[in-house]
Amino acid sequence: MGWIGDTVDSIKSIQIRQLLTQAVSLGMIVTSALIIWKALMCITGSESPVVVVLSGSMEPGFKRGDILFLHMSKDPIRAGEIVVFNVDGREIPIVHRVIKVHERQDTGEVDVLTKGDNNYGDDRLLYAQGQLWLQRHHIMGRAVGFLPYVGWVTIVMTEKPIIKYILIGALGLLVITSKD
Amino acid sequence: MHSFGYRLNVLLTFAVTILALMCAMASLSDNLNTPSPSAEIQIMNINWFQKQPQGNDEVSLTMNISADLQSLFTWNTKQVFIFVAAEYETPKNSLNQVSLWDAIIPAKEHAKFWIHTSNKYRFVDQGNNLRGKEFNLTLHWHVMPKTGKMFANKIVMTGYSLPEEYR
Repeated sequence: MGWIGDTVDSIKSIQIRQLLTQAVSLGMIVTSALIIWKALMCITGSESPVVVVLSGSMEPGFKRGDILFLHMSKDPIRAGEIVVFNVDGREIPIVHRVIKVHERQDTGEVDVLTKGDNNYGDDRLLYAQGQLWLQRHHIMGRAVGFLPYVGWVTIVMTEKPIIKYILIGALGLLVITSKD
Repeated sequence: MHSFGYRLNVLLTFAVTILALMCAMASLSDNLNTPSPSAEIQIMNINWFQKQPQGNDEVSLTMNISADLQSLFTWNTKQVFIFVAAEYETPKNSLNQVSLWDAIIPAKEHAKFWIHTSNKYRFVDQGNNLRGKEFNLTLHWHVMPKTGKMFANKIVMTGYSLPEEYR
């Protein structure tokens, strides 16, 4: 109870300069996080260098809530690679394994078929209407490493947005009321 | 300075840093392992070989696959995903890779095996180039760790060919 009294007292005793300093430090923290994210995008060559596994279609290798590190290089796409791709018209990227590759002699363009390890059939059901193959421009990156369980934070925040608001609210309160 | 909130913050930051360090070390320890896998594939029978209505050749075959992949497993290995792909060249395509069969090896004890199976996935060409075609059968493996970097490699076995005529 004394803690609540202290918080209310400290909110009442806020000075403008202190508040501005803390707003700037908060802004710097957010901006450095953004810089790190953008730098990761440049280093890995992929639009989203880290993705969270959302479905169980790659079990038991990747479970829901795992995080995958992606890397995109100019190397040709080969069978067995785990790729992350976007289907036209769907916003959620899918992480599956390449099972068939047909690469053209002349242009080097490639037709790719994917399948989730835990799925019975290939991904043609997931592709756009009438689409039989994926091309290189659909693919956002290859999975090169992974961390288990860490992605649950993102899943919880996406599926129950109220937790996201509570967390941000609590963080904001902590920053404002801290005596540093 | 010694408030509960401050201590919790420091504790959590330290814990996360140590955890990240341990994951990185676990992943690096995988590099110490030098695997020496072996594999052999025999084609027992070509079950049928037809041209589909859309114009693409399709083959169904039965294979004997035997392999010893025990040296791939380390303490940081969760599973090894293996698959057999037929690789060949056609006038239109410089490379075709068609996965015929795959399996997940969950533990070292299951990594030395022998299996007699027909192709799990359809061996379909883009076109009708398969008559008399010579192809390689490649056993690929993908080591999926408990945490960290994934490794993949393969053994290429050459010298297989398809019949000259449809049957």
